[in-house]
Amino acid sequence: MSVLRPTTIDEAVAVLSAQPEAIPIAGGTDLMVHWPHRLELHEKTFVDLSRLTALRGLRWQDGDLVMGALTTYWDVLLDEQIGRRFPLLHRAARQVGAVQIQTRGTWAGNVGNGSPAADGVAVLMAYDAMVELTSVRGVDVVPLRDFYTGYKISHRTPDQLITAIRLPGIPYRTQIFEKVGARKAQAISKIGVAMVEAPGGWVVVANSMAPTIRRCRAVEAVLNSGHPISSPEALHDTILQDVHPIDDLRSTGEYRVRVMARLLYHDLREHIAAFS
Amino acid sequence: MQLLINGALHDVDVSAEMPLLWVLRDVLGMTGTKFGCGMSLCGACTVHLDGRPIRSCTTPVSAATGKAITTIEGLDAEGDHPVQRAWQELNVPQCGYCQSGQLMSAAALLETTPHPTDADIDAAMEGNICRCGTYVRIRKAIKRAADIKAGGGR
Repeated sequence: MSVLRPTTIDEAVAVLSAQPEAIPIAGGTDLMVHWPHRLELHEKTFVDLSRLTALRGLRWQDGDLVMGALTTYWDVLLDEQIGRRFPLLHRAARQVGAVQIQTRGTWAGNVGNGSPAADGVAVLMAYDAMVELTSVRGVDVVPLRDFYTGYKISHRTPDQLITAIRLPGIPYRTQIFEKVGARKAQAISKIGVAMVEAPGGWVVVANSMAPTIRRCRAVEAVLNSGHPISSPEALHDTILQDVHPIDDLRSTGEYRVRVMARLLYHDLREHIAAFS
Repeated sequence: MQLLINGALHDVDVSAEMPLLWVLRDVLGMTGTKFGCGMSLCGACTVHLDGRPIRSCTTPVSAATGKAITTIEGLDAEGDHPVQRAWQELNVPQCGYCQSGQLMSAAALLETTPHPTDADIDAAMEGNICRCGTYVRIRKAIKRAADIKAGGGR
């Protein structure tokens, strides 16, 4: 294993352009867990981003929240304005690992890592985040909702570095994040749902329900239609148009669908008159 | 590579990806910080990086350069930090293996939250597992440490 330690964005993207197989590493909260036993990782080159001071910190710009790629969960938890404007960021951050993970893990790392169980990505996608990708070729901005194309596959090309995440400053009404794990603390999601009521209608995002975190367009359409929903079970077919949960070490596909339906039904019944 | 640990600079000749915990224990002989699971699950290896609690078993030493590292050895020069005093008063440890990590998380909590509630303590300490089950005494000791600190103890 070798570790490259650039100090500027220009240096970092030059490295990724010359060595596209190199892996950017920020908090390392996922990569380093695998390091002792995934020996193939020892052959790779890592690009340590910790010296890129330009990627630290978050700011408000034209009402939007712009988070540099090294922004950690803890940085967000310490920011009261974010708690008021984007409360789901706080709710998800508190449930990512434990404090020692929240102080190291970054939102951009969560996006780049591409795990379908990523709590941070679910809430970012609910807020319609934009992902800023920088390379020697220039800057691309990709909506997070279109970012993933398959399991741990995204529109980020190997020479691109995630440099920022931008959340549009839209006012939301109802905002809900639910995480179901094997226990309350330090669990990885079996089912996660982020739901917000935006001016244009409901946005519903599911995690741990498909090979990628994804928008649930069929569920959104039902919620926006105002059609009556008689029971949680009445949502099963709609959910299965959006996601395809699998049986794995954490849960079963059937359990995931049943629980997601109940979360939607019971969380939203007070907000949607059509639910009986 | 140069590291700032407990206020002192150390030059270490290690590869950049080595976990900080290995550098502390195996290279520098600072064995107060414990190796528990090595997989970011248990919290025994908790140290502070610029005052924030982190897991040293999964932090590459490369990411710790240029920052202030604090270990249990440096929490207080005399071993007399309010959490250490409270831990002794209330006989918190049983086997003791997890306790340096527990103390580091507790000390970090009191820096941001001088008078933590039970819920604050639960949230701050959920990343530190104790197989002996000393959680009830840990909670009491954190509250005692908060009182010691408020009363002018360091």
